[in-house]
Amino acid sequence: MRLFQSRDLQLSQQSSVWIIPHERKMAFTFAAFCYMLALLLTAALIFFAIWHIIAFDELKTDYKNPIDQCNTLNPLVLPEYLIHVFFCVMFLCATEWLTLGLNMPLLAYHIWRYMSRPVMSGPGLYDPTTIMNADILAYCQKEGWCKLAFYLLSFFYYLYGYVEFKNK
Amino acid sequence: MSTQGYANPNSAGNNYSMNSSQNGGGAAATAAPAAPAAPCQNGPGQTYPAMYPASSYYSSALPAAYPTVAGHNAPPAGKTPVSSTGYSGNYYQNSSGPSPCPAPPRTHQYSTSNAPVQSFQQTAPYAMPAGYYRQTYSHPSQGQPQPQPQQLQPSLVPASSGNNLNAPLYPIVSYPSAPGSSQYGTLRSSQTAAEQLPVSTGMPLTQSSLQQYSQGIGTTPTPAHLGYGAPPLSQTATVNGQSNAVQQHYNQNLHNPMSHHYAAAPPISQSPDKERPPSGTPGTSVHSSPRHHPGGDSSSTTTGSASPVPNSYESVEGGGYSDLAAPPTSVPAKQAPPFGYNYPTMHPAYQQNPAPRPDSSPSHGGYNPPGYQPYSQPFPSLSELSSALGGLGGVSELEAETLRPVNLLQERNILPPKHAPPPEPNLSNDLRKVNCSPDTFRCTLTNIPQTQALLNKARLPLGLLLHPFRDLTQLPVITSNTIVRCRSCRTYINPFVSFLDQRRWKCNLCYRVNDVPDEFMYNPVTRSYGEPHKRPEVQNSTVEFIASSDYMLRPPQPAVYLFVLDVSHNAVESGYLNVFCQSLLDNLEKLPGDTRTRIGFVTFDSTVHFYNLQEGLSQPQMLLVSDIDDVFIPTHDNLLVNLKESKELVKDLLNALPGMFTHTRETQSALGPALQAAYKLMCPTGGRVSVFQTQLPTLGAGLLQSREDPNLRSSTKNVQHLGPATDFYKKLALDCSGQQIGVDLFLLSSQYSDLASLACVSKYSAGSVFYYPSFHHVHNTAQSQKFQKDLQRYLTRKIGFEAVMRIRCTKGLSIHTFHGNFFVRSTDLLSLANVNPDSGFAVQMSIEESLADTSLACFQAALLYTSSKGKRRIRVHTLCLPVVSQLSEVFAGADIQAITCLLANMAIDRSISSSLSDARDALVNAVVDCLTAYRANGSNIQPSGLITPAALRLFPLYVLALLKQKALRTGTSTRLDERVFSMCELKSQPLLQIMRMAHPDLYRIDNMTEQAALHLNDSVIPQPPLLQLTAEKLTREGAFLMDCGSVMFLWVGKCCNETFIRDVLGYPNYASLPSNMTEIPELQTMYSERTRAFISWLLESRTFHPAFHVIKDDTSAKTSFFQHLVEDRTESAFSYYEFLLHIQQQMSK
Repeated sequence: MRLFQSRDLQLSQQSSVWIIPHERKMAFTFAAFCYMLALLLTAALIFFAIWHIIAFDELKTDYKNPIDQCNTLNPLVLPEYLIHVFFCVMFLCATEWLTLGLNMPLLAYHIWRYMSRPVMSGPGLYDPTTIMNADILAYCQKEGWCKLAFYLLSFFYYLYGYVEFKNK
Repeated sequence: MSTQGYANPNSAGNNYSMNSSQNGGGAAATAAPAAPAAPCQNGPGQTYPAMYPASSYYSSALPAAYPTVAGHNAPPAGKTPVSSTGYSGNYYQNSSGPSPCPAPPRTHQYSTSNAPVQSFQQTAPYAMPAGYYRQTYSHPSQGQPQPQPQQLQPSLVPASSGNNLNAPLYPIVSYPSAPGSSQYGTLRSSQTAAEQLPVSTGMPLTQSSLQQYSQGIGTTPTPAHLGYGAPPLSQTATVNGQSNAVQQHYNQNLHNPMSHHYAAAPPISQSPDKERPPSGTPGTSVHSSPRHHPGGDSSSTTTGSASPVPNSYESVEGGGYSDLAAPPTSVPAKQAPPFGYNYPTMHPAYQQNPAPRPDSSPSHGGYNPPGYQPYSQPFPSLSELSSALGGLGGVSELEAETLRPVNLLQERNILPPKHAPPPEPNLSNDLRKVNCSPDTFRCTLTNIPQTQALLNKARLPLGLLLHPFRDLTQLPVITSNTIVRCRSCRTYINPFVSFLDQRRWKCNLCYRVNDVPDEFMYNPVTRSYGEPHKRPEVQNSTVEFIASSDYMLRPPQPAVYLFVLDVSHNAVESGYLNVFCQSLLDNLEKLPGDTRTRIGFVTFDSTVHFYNLQEGLSQPQMLLVSDIDDVFIPTHDNLLVNLKESKELVKDLLNALPGMFTHTRETQSALGPALQAAYKLMCPTGGRVSVFQTQLPTLGAGLLQSREDPNLRSSTKNVQHLGPATDFYKKLALDCSGQQIGVDLFLLSSQYSDLASLACVSKYSAGSVFYYPSFHHVHNTAQSQKFQKDLQRYLTRKIGFEAVMRIRCTKGLSIHTFHGNFFVRSTDLLSLANVNPDSGFAVQMSIEESLADTSLACFQAALLYTSSKGKRRIRVHTLCLPVVSQLSEVFAGADIQAITCLLANMAIDRSISSSLSDARDALVNAVVDCLTAYRANGSNIQPSGLITPAALRLFPLYVLALLKQKALRTGTSTRLDERVFSMCELKSQPLLQIMRMAHPDLYRIDNMTEQAALHLNDSVIPQPPLLQLTAEKLTREGAFLMDCGSVMFLWVGKCCNETFIRDVLGYPNYASLPSNMTEIPELQTMYSERTRAFISWLLESRTFHPAFHVIKDDTSAKTSFFQHLVEDRTESAFSYYEFLLHIQQQMSK
């Protein structure tokens, strides 16, 4: 009884302590899951970014016809954005504010980028008639490298986050 | 060629005068010492037919249907059975399908290098085992049976006549130079009889050649040449006679009927042939490459097209470096081409020492310094070139003049009284003489800055303005088995390469050292041997090659024309159908094309109508397709018919068409489906689609909504909807471009028709856009006349099909952006489904690597196209400019007109991608930045005032003029379609036309005197001074002519001299002048004649007739005149002086 009492006492006194571990445990699994998912998806995004860089490099070195290249690149744009949006939403649910905050700029950029795309009937961003413009080509290449860097950094960040949460 | 206008110092740079004199008799040009260089002068009035003399000439050889194809195939046929007697076949083959030729055709005989003609593969020469000539010949390259003899020959040749070069513009040698072969013939004769035989067979020459041959046997080579020369000349003369223009042909091969002569010698020739095939055929390096395949073994006519390999024109034209990878065989060759190695045959030493090993033994040392020197002299080596450049000191005066600081705020009259010639690059005389004509090829900076940093400092745009397919009166046309190109960058040989010695040349773009093929050693102009630097390719910066089958992915297409006509109520109402049908009827015979030319018609309103014009029908059948959601072609035959065969039916249709729809009540327009139908119809062949549209498309795919808000027409805020509303037309254009279909759009519409969307169909398929706002055949006669004249030109102008244009530039420079109508297929390649002589292109460049180690920068534009006669041709322009390291020199070399045009193009891109106000700001900033840069640079300048170098003194004025263009102006009511059309024009017109649009020429013409007049032939052309575009220059007592390029105004003041009105305009006084006069009557008075002479002189150099308006001072129409007075203030825009103050203010910020 004493034990119980004391324990009750403990509970009442330190309710916060008890409740927090409990919640932490719940959040722990979900957040860890989020991080794990983000980890995998980011790996995929890294591949997207690499693909993107290679594609534009090919364009620059004349290996590919811009029409074909745009046809292969355009269908990949929305999936990439959606994947990113998807784990942003996951982090939102997991209330991982910091991580979400880190991703917000990219999210905003994606939205802006898609809003300002050229007039196109299909999905995608790239217009074969303008893609060969040196400015646009350089921009797209730079964009690819920046994204690759971002995804790589966030990959390790997610890895860290995942390990953190798993071990707690 | 700059010689034209500028070489002649006396003419004081009056470009135009030179032109005209050229026409007259060309005396001036030929008189100049530079005679050889004269060729590319632009002739003002030349018409397209002039370009084709060659084809007529070839036609004899061409079979009916797909001539070229047949021709090319023929060779293979001849070849396979090399043994076969078909000499004509062989012969032809040589000329057309060089590559595969295993056969003995003469040209191949000698040089190992010839075989590879195939520009791309390059493999052949290297494949050859080193010094063992015999072996080489027998095995690797079938084509060269007589190696040895050749060796002898060189000695014979050398002397020949280099002097002839100076003869008046190449003595048209339209004929295959058999010379080379003949020479060889002689050589052989000296060697062994056996060898001779093949030679003779190899040469399918004319009688003359035969003679020569005989002479050759006598071993008197030189005389042979002479004798030889005569016949060709006469031949060419006749050719020329047929054509208006002087065209020079340098054929290495006879494409003539002459081949028949062979018959005479068949027995001889046969035997050698038979022997050859077995030995040579199997896997020579040449054959191994897939590209050569078409020419290869099969005899069927289709082989040419069937060849599997190149899947894009890109590869055909010779993409950048990628080609290098192709043939592995070539690798070894590159590694070690010791001098004597590949071309041992040429050296004189060989004659005496037939020994096989050229490279090692000193005796052969043809390449030893001593033996070699004589040759080296004539070649300008790189160092010499640069030393020639050294003449900088001499040019400094000129530079000083262009750098003279001008205070714009104080100097009121900055406009030169005459058109100033474009600045001349600061090159040595030799180079200047051969440089490309500024009308064809111009650079914004005639002194190329060394580094991007320097360019950034100058704040001027670097770019090219091109008019590559311009009508030319004189164009050297070269037919040759080998089109000599750099091995690594594929540059065509040009006047700015340097010859290291007789056998090697150094590419001026990538600096690779290349070998000179043997064939190139013979000069068809002088008929001399051993002077590669005097070949027409090396003497002219604009040349045209007849391309071989290597440059084809499929047999050259026939000329195919499809007319897509709007026949809705709106269209019928405007009456354009009558005008169109009449024009086409009148010009049916003149449509460029040959016997294969095909033509078809599609009309549309809410449905799409096709016309069956099958030969034999009593009248055209109309087929109506009402399923516009999924439009299909009702029948695949007979919708596009052979013009020759069905001419009567076509005429019937054209006569009936205007009447067929007079009572139509259909107001809808299904343009999209009609275009889709046109695309399906043209898919298999490619060709030109001409679309006539009179309203907004309202049905089916590609339907558009009205986006213009008339209330915002004069808004000073942003202009919306400059870009397309849908990508339907763009996608369609890309599809068309892929199938080599060019779409030209004629928009004749009184209401808004969303040109911004519709124009895409032409923009990306390399078409042209014509716009006739408020067209009506009765109510708007000026417009109607213009439409008629434009159609006349449009239908008859030269046309090139399935074209690509590649622009190469010196290593270190790279292409940033292209402007014009085309589809950009790779960083330096434009795909042009159709190319026409009236379109211009602009290219922005950037400097990626420092050019410090070179003193010259070169640009080469190569346009590969199929002529309407089914010939594949390559037109090559090369421009050479000095590289400078000083900022002041960059300013000194600025070409303000080119800069203005390039800026206009950039501004239009900006206004579409960003916004109009952005674009306008950017233009103003361009001036501000540049002048600031100049001020920062020049230390000796007084701080007050707005100082520019003299070269740039017109910069603010031209930019102001651009800001007041319809395309870019704000605040003045401008209909959206007109604005967009103006943008299209700025992007696709050649430089001169843009300049006239932006800054029209104003002349006072009521008091023109003979003073300073130009005397051409027997007419006198007065030269009134150019006036500034301000109302200040107008007086009520005068009459003023304003030339805006596509429209001309004659403004008549209220108190204008009555003699002028009576004598020139044909009315008694000012009051009786009608307000809508659109032409000047042909009166017999001196006044009238003088005026008309002046106006027609102005028109001479342009291809489209401008609309002409006589404007009285008191009519409402005068606003259209006054809006062009760009120096004046308008409600919404600065005057010139205000603009200068604005700039000054911006600069001081």
